[in-house]
Amino acid sequence: MFNRLSKLLAAAVLLAAAAPASAALNILACEPEWGALAQELGGDKVSVYDATNAYQDPHHIQAKPSLLARARNADMVVCTGAQLEIGWLPILLQQSGNPKIQPGKPGYFEAARFVRMLEVPTRLDRADGDVHPGGNPHIQTDPRNIALVAAGMAKQLAQADPANAAWYQTRYQDFSGRWQLALARWEKEAAPLRGVAIVVQHKGFPYLEDWLGLKEVATLEPKPGVEPTSTHLAQVLEQLQRQPARLILRAAYNEGRPSEWLAGRAKIPVVVVPFTVGGSEQARDLFGLFDDTVQRLLAAAK
Amino acid sequence: MYTRKIIASGIIMMLGAPLSAFAGESADLQQIRDEIKALRQSYEARIQALEQRLQKTELAASAAGKRAAQAETTASQAAAAVPAAPPDNINAFNPGLSLILSGLYSNHSHDPSGYGITGFHLPADVMSDLQPQRGFSLAESELGIYASVDQLFFGGLNFAIHPDNTVSTEEAFIQTTGLSHGLTVKAGRFFSGIGYLNEQHAHTWDFVDAPLAYQAFLGGQMNNDGLQLRWLAPTDTYLEIGAEAGRGASYPGTGRDKNGAGASALFAHLGGDVGASHSWRAGLSLLTTSPQDRHWDDAGVTNSFSGNSKLWIADAVWKWAPNGNAYDTNFKLQGEYLRRVEDGSLVYDINSPVPGSYSATQSGWYLQGIYQFAPYWRAGLRTERLDPGSVDYGINNAVLSRPGYHPARQSLMVDYNPSEFSRIRLQFAQDKATEGVTDNQIFLQYQMSLGAHGAHKY
Repeated sequence: MFNRLSKLLAAAVLLAAAAPASAALNILACEPEWGALAQELGGDKVSVYDATNAYQDPHHIQAKPSLLARARNADMVVCTGAQLEIGWLPILLQQSGNPKIQPGKPGYFEAARFVRMLEVPTRLDRADGDVHPGGNPHIQTDPRNIALVAAGMAKQLAQADPANAAWYQTRYQDFSGRWQLALARWEKEAAPLRGVAIVVQHKGFPYLEDWLGLKEVATLEPKPGVEPTSTHLAQVLEQLQRQPARLILRAAYNEGRPSEWLAGRAKIPVVVVPFTVGGSEQARDLFGLFDDTVQRLLAAAK
Repeated sequence: MYTRKIIASGIIMMLGAPLSAFAGESADLQQIRDEIKALRQSYEARIQALEQRLQKTELAASAAGKRAAQAETTASQAAAAVPAAPPDNINAFNPGLSLILSGLYSNHSHDPSGYGITGFHLPADVMSDLQPQRGFSLAESELGIYASVDQLFFGGLNFAIHPDNTVSTEEAFIQTTGLSHGLTVKAGRFFSGIGYLNEQHAHTWDFVDAPLAYQAFLGGQMNNDGLQLRWLAPTDTYLEIGAEAGRGASYPGTGRDKNGAGASALFAHLGGDVGASHSWRAGLSLLTTSPQDRHWDDAGVTNSFSGNSKLWIADAVWKWAPNGNAYDTNFKLQGEYLRRVEDGSLVYDINSPVPGSYSATQSGWYLQGIYQFAPYWRAGLRTERLDPGSVDYGINNAVLSRPGYHPARQSLMVDYNPSEFSRIRLQFAQDKATEGVTDNQIFLQYQMSLGAHGAHKY
């Protein structure tokens, strides 16, 4: 009797101990693009929760109770870094009681470490607006960056979950192949966009511009993160008379009024790009994100 | 000669079509027109040829660009593989410094020198901190220093610089980051985790002053020297349980010199999201202190209380932002209910002591809503009320007054936040904390934050 009971108990303990190992790797993604990438690389071996959605300004997120709960249970956080999440991620990390996701551990992933940063400021002064010391953090608008981050993430997934290292590597190879094909297609399709002059609402697109050869001639925000003022918009309008642009670019999360105001007066279209996965009907995954971005730009630049 | 004529006519034609009306229909002019047409055609052909060449060059360039991009990719991969060497200077490990600067102008319709919360016994030193000042003053300015200690600990210090030129240590703590299973231990001096507002620094409050209930029961804000243990439950719904043991030197406790803990606290928080647009948190806390000889002045007489004090706090906050994007517009509703039960002995007039007993149950609440109606602009309304409850002084009931007065205050504020780092606030309040006095208050306040970008609690 006792023997049977102890056997049962042992089995229960084993089960309890084994359960977390067989469960999927819990990933908390700071932004949806990294959530989508983790999903591509992890398949059913990962369970991804996106901390933010495409309609939220990633600069202004709060350390909500729901995010604290997710951080506590996460095996890995995948974030942009470059201080994009500085207003909320440190709180999540400090209060999570979770050593796995602390900086320096395999469970802490910063995408910005794997790409070449643009717009790295040469002077740091808050009078210049919301500038990030490490450079512009909106790296996800260039699919070549996605490829670089994918390579880094696949390696780190393997470190965080060594039992499935081979799985992540295989999925990465597969993703990488499909991504290179798609990349070639997008670049071919987007060829007419090279040299097209654009106006942006927020300085959120240097990587997209770098990729497609778009020429940013003006910004609606007078300084990064500073709401467009009527004086500044009037200046931009005046500037556009001398130096015309073909379109105004804004992200799905940006407020639409400043762009619309300028579009009506400068007689150029506004292009609302999804900016991240979920930012439009078509941007259901990373492939859709760039399919849609390129199509929207082409349609407006025609 | 002839060419010059053509050029001249050409310029005239280009300058304005109306001129051609005066030129007439001479054969000469017709000839000129034909020649210009021929010229234009030839130029157009050459431009087309040029354009074709340009296109070819561009194609070649874009191919080169692609190759360059590929090279860049490899290069940046290489760059990523070799991270930049960290700065070699001696201060490279210096912690993050953040400075909060705040100043205040206050206008009171009633002289605040006799200010008090009728029916609530606050020690004289606590009262003097809470007492409003008229005119210009420095509001609480703070200096914070925070950093990771090592792979296991995080630590920080926060000095508050008060208007009267004194400096106090609001927080000086270390906290674990290396424990697993959702556990966090904090030690040192820290704001107690009870309630909602208590744990937040004053510069993140939505009004100039703390709610009356916080003033009456916690002396504004309660910090404690001690130990805190928090546990986050492994659930997708946020559930946090915390316990504290500390010295309890500050009100409602008193300074003490003995082994063990003078204050203990228990708290539980529950929270989550409803869709993408709503989030909430609710909590229940209990603070237990055992004050010894806690003095308070009443009508020129100093009395002293020793015994047990239990403070219950129920708090809730609900936040709304369309799609969770709080940048343009958002709303926050927040309320707390505090109930304090105290019993023990009371000495009436410590100069000619009359010992007696004391038991009291008092409560208070506030409810506030903050609406951001446009980027940078917020408006808020706060309503609050205290209940004197039941107070029994035993044999001293004859000499101590037991007013049935309900202190109350209504506040309205508008603030302008041009960035995350600056805030200018205008606040109007009608304060009826003291029986028989209605003080109409106007505050103008600035709060600025410099240095390290502090992350704020929910």
